[in-house]
Amino acid sequence: MSILTKFTGKNTNQYRRSAFWSYGVVIAGFILVSAMNSAGMISNSLQGQLVPICAYIAMAVSLNLVVGISGELSLGHAGFMSVGAFTGVIAATLFQSLPFLWVKLLIAIVVGGLFAGLAGVIIGVPVLRLRGDYLAIVTLAFGEIIRNVLNVIYVGLDEKGLQVATSMEGIHLSENGSMILNGPMGATGITKLSTFFAGFLLVLFTLFVVLNLVNSKHGRAIMAMRDNRIAAESVGLSATNFKMTAFVTGAILAGMSGALFALNYSTVAPVKFNFNTSILVLVFVVLGGIGNITGSIISAAVLTILPEALRQFSDYRMLTYAIVLILVMLATNNPQMKMFLSGLSKQVKAVFSKTKVYHRPQRAEEKGGAE
Amino acid sequence: MGTILNVENINVYYGAIHAIRDVSFQVNEGEIVTLIGANGAGKSTTLQTVSGILHSKTGSVEFCGENIAKVPAHKIVEKGLAHVPEGRRIFQQMSVRENLEMGAFTADASTIPSNLEMVFHQFPRLKEREKQVAGTLSGGEQQMLAMGRALMSNPKLLMLDEPSMGLAPILVEQIFDIIKSLNEAGTTILLVEQNAQMALSVAHHAYVLETGRVTLSGTGDELAASEQVKKAYLGS
Ligand SMILES: Nc1ncnc2c1ncn2[C@@H]1O[C@H](COP(=O)(O)OP(=O)(O)OP(=O)(O)O)[C@@H](O)[C@H]1O
Ligand SMILES: [Mg+2]
Repeated sequence: MSILTKFTGKNTNQYRRSAFWSYGVVIAGFILVSAMNSAGMISNSLQGQLVPICAYIAMAVSLNLVVGISGELSLGHAGFMSVGAFTGVIAATLFQSLPFLWVKLLIAIVVGGLFAGLAGVIIGVPVLRLRGDYLAIVTLAFGEIIRNVLNVIYVGLDEKGLQVATSMEGIHLSENGSMILNGPMGATGITKLSTFFAGFLLVLFTLFVVLNLVNSKHGRAIMAMRDNRIAAESVGLSATNFKMTAFVTGAILAGMSGALFALNYSTVAPVKFNFNTSILVLVFVVLGGIGNITGSIISAAVLTILPEALRQFSDYRMLTYAIVLILVMLATNNPQMKMFLSGLSKQVKAVFSKTKVYHRPQRAEEKGGAE
Repeated sequence: MGTILNVENINVYYGAIHAIRDVSFQVNEGEIVTLIGANGAGKSTTLQTVSGILHSKTGSVEFCGENIAKVPAHKIVEKGLAHVPEGRRIFQQMSVRENLEMGAFTADASTIPSNLEMVFHQFPRLKEREKQVAGTLSGGEQQMLAMGRALMSNPKLLMLDEPSMGLAPILVEQIFDIIKSLNEAGTTILLVEQNAQMALSVAHHAYVLETGRVTLSGTGDELAASEQVKKAYLGS
């Protein structure tokens, strides 16, 4: 059984309750930022971060589905992001003559999601049949392989169609043609299609998919598999099927956020989606709380803005970043802090819904995970 | 009364370790059959082979006349064979009720209310703790929950792997009373135990497993009276 199991201390009731918070945080955040933006209170550099923040939130939430809900460690989430990014850019270029921006963006995001999902199936089918933490190793390799493959892929487009080769010389375009992918330089000459509103919608979509999955019968089976694989098999669940569902759904959502991310820039290089990015997203998940969707949203947003906000500290920027990470870990693990936060959330919830909050016995945390 | 489970000549390996050697046994409908044996004799391995978690290299496992030796574990529950694994494997993070509902995962949702009622009737303790998080139950309650969960699929055959393990004597008696009453209510039971005395006292038929082989078999009373069993397992 995965080492992650003992850190995921949530039962199904709690997921149902936290859905309220997840949507609330995202919608409130969007309204707030939009209002500040129209009041001219958001700096240029932060404006440029808005779409990446949305993409990273979607990345963190989808990785949390894999790591937190299904309990499998994935170290190559950025690999799926990059599959989605580059297939999305190709799709957007192929359909560039279509009239509406949002139609092209939608096509790019769907295509990016499909290809990333396909990559997820190819990895998941052999690996998820094994017991143990093999997924971590294989996804780690996948992230590196996909980046190296993209480094030698050249794609051009002219009126005769797409041309794909492993070097610049292999591509012979007519005068009207243009390059889409340039090996290590990545995608160049992208028409920017992504908007903050589109990012907001993608985050909502991601939440909708993940939270509905978590609260379904299927989701309960996924968590049962994480909590106790032998017990889950003994009640007739197929380990492979349920882990696949979570993993491939996570890959599709990562691909979609990859397409959104790439179409926010004029150029995107494969190196943007390297191991560091996978780890960065994992840090969002761990810091926000494994299995805690709202936590992922907040930590992805804050930790994407933070390095920018710390720019004034110049040389000490990364040092400050590390200190902030440590402080957050200490604060969120502090029992008093936990009690304060849960008391706060209960009070706020009581205002919104008059239903009685069910109190979970405290001992569950200590006993959970010990078998 | 027909044979509900017929295991013939199974051989199971863990890599190079030959854990089960030519084991054969039968369970008749309506009976309690027990497999007893010391640590490492291969009792759990045998149950896991029947429930499809492990697979035998040879022989057959016939359940209700169908060879299920190659059927994957998750399909076997649907056929009416429930396995309560060793060591109280419950879903710690879920409530008692959610655990029970998981037991009916492969069953028709319409069967849940009546089966819940049946389980709560057998285990009134679980009813009292319906909403409690399962990880906070006592050891005996967890064992009851694991058994109740298996009953939620309405099994024709219930396999129990060491239900008395680590329980106080009074609780052991209680668990065996429940086993008897489940059997009287019509469930066929295959029971694996180290507590030979208790197991033989409730069993219609019994098999002794030693280092992967069946070395003795007979009715529960016959084995309880056998010198060999007395010496090795009953401590007299
Ligand atoms: N996963 C495994 N890998 C290798 N060997 C195993 C494995 N599981 C069991 N064995 C070996 O197979 C043999 C039978 O084990 P099994 O668990 O079936 O015994 P048991 O009769 O259930 O014992 P106990 O009463 O202690 O539960 C033992 O020698 C054990 O060491
Ligand atoms: Mg055993």
